[in-house]
Amino acid sequence: MSGVGTAVVAAAAPTEAVGNPVVNITIFLLFVAVTLVVVVRASRNNKTAADYYAAGRSFTGPQNGTAIAGDYLSAASFLGIAGAIAVNGYDGFLYSIGFLVAWLVALLLVAELLRNTGKFTMADVLSFRLRQGPVRVAAATSTLAVSFFYLLAQMAGAGGLVALLLNVQSRAGQSLVIAVVGALMIVYVLVGGMKGTTWVQIIKATLLIAGAGVMTVWVLAKVGFNLSRLLGTAVETAGNPDLLGPMVQYGASDLTKLNFISLALALVLGTAGLPHVLMRFYTVPTAKEARRSVQWAISLIGLFYLFTLVLGFGAMAYVGQERILAAPGGVNSAAPLLAFELGGVLLLGIIAAVAFATILAVVAGLTITAAASFAHDIYASVIKKGEGNPDAEVKVARRTVVVIGVVSILGGIVANGQNIAFLVALAFAVAASANLPTILYSLFWARFNTRGALFSMWGGLISCIVLIALSPTVSGAETSMIPTADFDVFPLANPGIVSIPLAFFLGWIGTVTSRGSANHYSKQAEMEVRSLTGAGAEKATSH
Amino acid sequence: MSTTHDPDRSGKNSLPEQTTWQEVQDSADFQALRRSFRRFVFPMTVAFLVWYSAYVLLAAYATDFFKIEVFGNVNVGILFGLGQFLSTALITIAYVRWTGRNLDDQAAEIGSRVRLDEAHR
Repeated sequence: MSGVGTAVVAAAAPTEAVGNPVVNITIFLLFVAVTLVVVVRASRNNKTAADYYAAGRSFTGPQNGTAIAGDYLSAASFLGIAGAIAVNGYDGFLYSIGFLVAWLVALLLVAELLRNTGKFTMADVLSFRLRQGPVRVAAATSTLAVSFFYLLAQMAGAGGLVALLLNVQSRAGQSLVIAVVGALMIVYVLVGGMKGTTWVQIIKATLLIAGAGVMTVWVLAKVGFNLSRLLGTAVETAGNPDLLGPMVQYGASDLTKLNFISLALALVLGTAGLPHVLMRFYTVPTAKEARRSVQWAISLIGLFYLFTLVLGFGAMAYVGQERILAAPGGVNSAAPLLAFELGGVLLLGIIAAVAFATILAVVAGLTITAAASFAHDIYASVIKKGEGNPDAEVKVARRTVVVIGVVSILGGIVANGQNIAFLVALAFAVAASANLPTILYSLFWARFNTRGALFSMWGGLISCIVLIALSPTVSGAETSMIPTADFDVFPLANPGIVSIPLAFFLGWIGTVTSRGSANHYSKQAEMEVRSLTGAGAEKATSH
Repeated sequence: MSTTHDPDRSGKNSLPEQTTWQEVQDSADFQALRRSFRRFVFPMTVAFLVWYSAYVLLAAYATDFFKIEVFGNVNVGILFGLGQFLSTALITIAYVRWTGRNLDDQAAEIGSRVRLDEAHR
């Protein structure tokens, strides 16, 4: 099998593509056709705002947990982590652990309390007992920022993938594919709303985990199900035994190690502040189902990251680092190349289709979150002061979907080929700095008030973006976005280690230097009783 | 327990809408529920954050320790990493069991005392 694979790769080398683009496209179109049917069927009952934003709160915990895994296991986790392990060894494994452990914050502190207090968006909870207008504007701004960074990373990643899997080499051709992916996503979200989007996530997560599972078993079978032998083969091929230990990527200096610690902090605290993850908790009928969602998500995500450990070292062993780095898409091509090495054209086609489905589904999930936040938090609550009608609100949300879709297509085309890996890390850093402190304070600290929330959210958001702008990511190094300029006064590419403590501190200082409103403690009582007991929580709509 | 809420005491409009929430919040049952919830989740959160931080710091500053081979090519670092998977699974199981025994029924019972027609706009 591997001999044949090598021959085909060698033959295909001049065009730098592997596999058969026709097979890849056919399998992907099959996925699109199936999911479109599901989305159209799911959309039949979309009547109210609760249907459109929260899927009528009718999903079960296991369904929603699978959809959460679908939302969370983006192309960055699937292709990115497998690739990071294949190229940097143990350091890639460190990412997956941060991404997994982070779910405990969501499970223990956030999911159920949020489900009990909110309605559609993260801002529902943050503004529950604070001044609606300014808090919602801040929360919606950070929601839009996180969604935009994350969206851009997904769309730009699609470009490299297209080059690898569909053998589309020209920039115009890649742009066209990005536009098609964006247009499909708009259709899904417009037609299906949250219900359709959730089903797309469920189908995609199932395919992704099954595909990765098959590949894992395949790799393990080659080494007699002996992990030690796999690791040995991998570092032998790579010719570097250090890859089995940490800090190949981050160990150059104390500064790079600090940068790694900063990233680890943002990963573990960011997940429970990601708006598109938080919004998923509203799609289930009760807090208990929200808990089951997280339980399922943790199981599936944990399992998947164990698979990526095997796939990463498998790619190191059987594809080899040189071929991975030389392929279009670079690091991201490790998993697809391994699929080709193992199962030839067909398995590559399946994995390629799954990778596209992943981008499509994650982009859809982000878009509906951003659109809901704009329509619900800014249009309905701030512009219309809560007096507009819900139908108009959903109409605004749908229009916002189109706008966000177009912006992300254009952004993806512009960012195609740029080094945008930092955008996902930035999204986590913003989530951990701008969102999580205020979520935790408002759920657990009775005294917390509006000024604290505004200080913390704006402070967290602005400090993240400013620190990134002043970091070597943007200027001062060869790999920077603007390599010619030189204003990198902040030495870390990951701002979390500064911005997260700063945001917690600002939330505290803002609160203790101001007084709450007259009904502060009565609203606090309502929120606390609701959050723990579920009294008055939004019910599922029945059809 | 039964003194926290009496549906006939207030008449129709004599209580401000939030009073029932505050009554429930002040009740001994709710206070006990909140205390036991926090007593479980706060130490658990501190525990996994400390355990994760230890892992991250060891990975960054004790690289040689992580490279010690335990069996075959499997080293201390890989085992520590898999240990994070294991601890995450165990904490999840512990929390789900704990809430099933100590939270769900109590929370539902206390929640049912809130008079929603008044308190829930």
